[in-house]
Amino acid sequence: MARNKEALVLLLDVGPSMHHLLPEVEKICSMIVQKKLVYSKYDEVGVVLFGTEETENELTMEVGGYEHVVVLQNIKVVDGDLVETLKKIPRGTLPGDFLDAIVVGMDMLIKKYSSTNKGKKRLCLITNGLSPIKDPYEGSKEDQVNAIAQQMTSHGMKLESVVVRESVVLDENVSVMEENDRILNLFPKRTCAKMVFVESSTSLLGALKTRSISPVTIFRGDLEISPKLKIKVWVYKKTSEEKFPTLKKYSDKAPSTDKFASHEVKVDFEYKSVEDANKVVPPEQRIKGYQYGPQVVPISADEWDAVKFKPEKSVKVLGFTDSSNIMRHHYMKDVNIFIADPGDQNAILAVSALARAMKEMHKVAILRCVWRQGQGNVVVGALTPNVSDNDHVPDSFYFNVLPFAEDVREFQFPSFSNLPASLLPDEEQQEAADNFVKMLDLAPSDKEEMLQPDFTPNPVLERFYNYLELKSKHPDAAVPPLDKTLKRITEPDPELLAKKKSAIDSLLRHFEVKQNPKLKKSMKRMREKPSGSDEEDNYRRITSKNKVDLIENGVKVEKIGDLTPVQDFELMMSRRDNPEWINRAITEMKNKIHDLIEDSIEGDNYPKALDLLVALRKGCILEQEPKQFNDFLHQLCKFCLEHDLRSFCDFLASKGITLISKTEAVDSDVTEEEARNYLVKREAKPE
Amino acid sequence: MELDPDDVFRDDEDDPENEALRQRASSKELVVYLVDASPKMFSTNCPSEDQKDESHFRIAISCILESLKTQIINRSYDEVAVCFFNTREKKNLQDLNSVFVFNVADREFLDRPTAKFIKELSRLEEFFVKEIGSQHGIVSGSRENSLYNALWVAQALLRKGSAKTADKRILIFTDEDDPFGNIKGGAKADMTRTTLQRVKDAQDLGISIELLPLSQLDREFNVSLFYADLIGLQGEDLAQFVPAAGERMEDMKYQLRKRMFKKRIVRKLTFSVANGVSIEVHTYAFIRPTVLGSITWLDSVTNQPIKIERSFICADTGALMQEPPKHFQTYKNQNVKFSVEELSEIKRVSTGQLRLLGFKPLSCLKDYHNLRPSTFIFPSDEEVIGSTRIFIALHRSMIRLNRFAVAFYGTSSHSQLVALVAQEEIIDSGGQVEPPGMHMICLPYSDDIRHAEELHSGTNAAIPRANEDQIKKAAALIKRIDLKDFSVYQFANPGLQRHYAILQALALEEDDLPEIKDETVPDEEGLARPGVVKAIEEFKLSVYGDKYDESDNAGHKKVSEASKKRKALADGAVQKSAQYNWDALADSGKLKDLTVVELKFYLSAHDLPVSGKKEDLVKRILTHMGK
Repeated sequence: MARNKEALVLLLDVGPSMHHLLPEVEKICSMIVQKKLVYSKYDEVGVVLFGTEETENELTMEVGGYEHVVVLQNIKVVDGDLVETLKKIPRGTLPGDFLDAIVVGMDMLIKKYSSTNKGKKRLCLITNGLSPIKDPYEGSKEDQVNAIAQQMTSHGMKLESVVVRESVVLDENVSVMEENDRILNLFPKRTCAKMVFVESSTSLLGALKTRSISPVTIFRGDLEISPKLKIKVWVYKKTSEEKFPTLKKYSDKAPSTDKFASHEVKVDFEYKSVEDANKVVPPEQRIKGYQYGPQVVPISADEWDAVKFKPEKSVKVLGFTDSSNIMRHHYMKDVNIFIADPGDQNAILAVSALARAMKEMHKVAILRCVWRQGQGNVVVGALTPNVSDNDHVPDSFYFNVLPFAEDVREFQFPSFSNLPASLLPDEEQQEAADNFVKMLDLAPSDKEEMLQPDFTPNPVLERFYNYLELKSKHPDAAVPPLDKTLKRITEPDPELLAKKKSAIDSLLRHFEVKQNPKLKKSMKRMREKPSGSDEEDNYRRITSKNKVDLIENGVKVEKIGDLTPVQDFELMMSRRDNPEWINRAITEMKNKIHDLIEDSIEGDNYPKALDLLVALRKGCILEQEPKQFNDFLHQLCKFCLEHDLRSFCDFLASKGITLISKTEAVDSDVTEEEARNYLVKREAKPE
Repeated sequence: MELDPDDVFRDDEDDPENEALRQRASSKELVVYLVDASPKMFSTNCPSEDQKDESHFRIAISCILESLKTQIINRSYDEVAVCFFNTREKKNLQDLNSVFVFNVADREFLDRPTAKFIKELSRLEEFFVKEIGSQHGIVSGSRENSLYNALWVAQALLRKGSAKTADKRILIFTDEDDPFGNIKGGAKADMTRTTLQRVKDAQDLGISIELLPLSQLDREFNVSLFYADLIGLQGEDLAQFVPAAGERMEDMKYQLRKRMFKKRIVRKLTFSVANGVSIEVHTYAFIRPTVLGSITWLDSVTNQPIKIERSFICADTGALMQEPPKHFQTYKNQNVKFSVEELSEIKRVSTGQLRLLGFKPLSCLKDYHNLRPSTFIFPSDEEVIGSTRIFIALHRSMIRLNRFAVAFYGTSSHSQLVALVAQEEIIDSGGQVEPPGMHMICLPYSDDIRHAEELHSGTNAAIPRANEDQIKKAAALIKRIDLKDFSVYQFANPGLQRHYAILQALALEEDDLPEIKDETVPDEEGLARPGVVKAIEEFKLSVYGDKYDESDNAGHKKVSEASKKRKALADGAVQKSAQYNWDALADSGKLKDLTVVELKFYLSAHDLPVSGKKEDLVKRILTHMGK
């Protein structure tokens, strides 16, 4: 196995208590394999299940024991079948023993690869750690863990454990859980292992690195505090955006019979003289020009190299300063991490001492960095301490690039305190806002922090790889909607909203927002509809007039907005929690229609107003409120005639809008004929 | 690392089209420099920085030159005119006496500064006497009023451009505090009156008039004689004026070369707070890395711009084709095709707005939660009334409770989880340092976070940790090397300043590069202070014991070990290589019969690269032998 190849064994708990989590486990495991298929298709993966009814592994045949552990897949190079296998993980029936599974997984790796192997070997355990571990035949559980850990170290394996911990744990399980946590926690102390706890299915999706990128240092050398004190450090990237994959352009020119066609497209750039379009300028004749006022100044690469700024490779401390002098929004780029040279014990100590002192004193160091010789620029940034609480992870520093004087634009904004009182919140409103901010808490003290960046997968990338897998089987498949678990990243958690409804309602009660009526047709703001989001779903359902569905969906509309007034109105009318909603909806709708007509220029709002009127009419019939509508129509016509908006009445008549008659709603005191003739009559009557 | 920085930060907010739009819409500045060219300006000397005496005229010109050199980089769309009065010759559209508008070819009187304009202005002295000449314009007995004429010409020049979009200024440089001093009686009063009336007319047209007085050594410029009325100075301002004007001249000379940006809304967003309540916010690009400016490719022979043409060629057939509508990814040994629509559909996970998801304590926002520069958010009631009020209420609550908001920000092409950090207004004597509002910080996803610190944790032994004493010594050291009042805005980018300097030198054909000070180098002197040295030595002793130098050497030793190994290898190769008769092998074409290992003996022995396929190795050997 080559140095850059990885062998991975997934150890999955499929016992009964895990069943409801398995869909997410399937997603993350298949995602790992899917990404391997794209980025490292020679990696090898094996799958071990525990908590199964059956027993099927080599160890049980060789030495006995290791029951209820099934090797679902022997270690093999990743392929499409493996993705399929992982999408349908069989459910188990018994509580499983994760230590047994670890041993089986380890045994597989040892048997498959000789110890001289240079590649990476990794075990990934996913469990909720609620099933008891059997006592070993001899010695204590600790001894057993020690023995396993030793084996792992000697074979250069890594263990990653993801423990799913939902908030509710039954009392009888607490002692088992604590015992298991203690055992799992022994691994990071004894060997190269990592353990994370996750509480939600969304963070489970983000808990495992689905793509392994071998880290590269961007600098190795001295962190120079003074010419007399230099600390050996290595600098890596801490964050780096994983971009949407760049796809190749597809050419369909090759004949379909050509089995070996690459279908690739080469993009060719030609540099041509402006005067003569046929004259191609060879690369060596090209020269860069920079703008100086209205002119362009040519500077050749040689000239440039001769005079350009050439700082020496170095990383120097300019000094230390209070962390309050650096604002969070000054950070400019992705983040680097400074680690002491792992081979230099004293450097590790020096970094540790500085980091700890800086943390205590709330200081940051300001650095001037030239990562490489020949780099045409310097970077100034802030070094902040990162004190580690894991005995096996050294203390380190984070490094963030800061802006130069040229990078900051001095824009002035009005002070909030100078704004007119009409724009400022009063005391009650402030209290409602305080309460809202307090209640909509994503990091409650008793639970896991929600949407923690470290455990939040990129929904776009997840969606792409899922679609890629789908398309590989069904080339014509449409883009599926965003996965439910991923929606927790792009939209507010409905559970949280429902729980904190009172705080939200109070906020909404205290503040009022409305569209500025003076703005005609508000600047055609494009409202893109997200594909496959809740909104779109709502939209579809509303248009299908399936109100019951909507109510179940828990969408509570409290206002008629400008975007989808008809839908909002229908929703409000269908609310059953308070009869007031109907009156409110009707009143709001009337105002909306009124505003539309009033604001319309040469009748541009008429069709919209008509839609609303039709909806209002229908609503009033359904809710047996014909008088409301009839009165309003009278009123509206009167208003139109008074304000030289006759054209609207004509428009309504031409579209066949009538009063609500007795036949449509019993409460109406208008006969069918009267109803039909109302607007027509108006029209005939000369002013 | 070799990414085009322009490209990295160009999300849809910075597209070039927008840039063009911005420049058109932004208000520009139109300035006319009125320089007194009377003989007095040349005769009076005052000591300059390098102790040489300089005339007032020269001081004024160098001040304008420096200012122009800055302006051509900072705000190259602003327009200027340089105009002398009290001259012998005249050149102006009104054909008024004693006023000479300085200009170069291909340029209107009031226009953007060009390199040629600056260059000509800098060698003004060579031809001034011959072509322009100095002469008192106001002499008793004649009714000529050169100051009046100059103001008239300036005002006429500034007729260009509407008052709404342009900021118009006249700057007067003079050392004559009493221009009508040698005129007596009614004529003086008359001239004073008409001149002031002209100024008033100009001001009514939205032109501001400023004075940069040049004082003589023995006598300070007396503003109250005439100019106080002209520029409308009263009371306390009067006393403060001359020293303040001196500072302004210095400022003009030593301004940082920095591209200026007008405040501009990047995007108008709908910020959905809860249950369908959305407010309106505007975003601004507050901090963005400044780049060298757009590069135009030129033909080095003609210096004409080059057109870049892109063509698509089918790799299989070599046929020229249109931009293909489909893209593909090789997956499981097949080509999975995607249409452009499908790809944009995948990326569209949100509604192009900002959606509040909840709040977290500020301690949850770690130092490594960053990917790109932040964006500033400020509320607006323009479209949605009530937005500002909700925004301010949330802003205050977030500051009071030490929380930040987590939101999802999605546009059709890019979407991101963001942190909204409320920033309180900070004002110091110089004005607003930090405006009130929220900063939108892009949060990384788990896919973007790496765990390099865990890489080297493979060993059994616990990682050493600093003890109390070492931490104490570090703290003492930190206290010693303290940057008080550090501000992130204090350093100019040395690379960028150097670039501007080179550009200027080349454009103006200056012989030497302007000196650029690198402000980012550490304060060596400060570090050599005994107190600092002592703190450093104590820290070293505490952490490294007396082995600091050894450990330093250890590094070198390691390097030398590696190089020794390499050397040993090379030596071995030389010996082995000597066993072959390379010339004969090459001549007989038998090199290809050797194994790669054997070929590498030759390459290593001659310090050549050993990479590549066998053919490459053979070729390399042949080239090296000169065959």
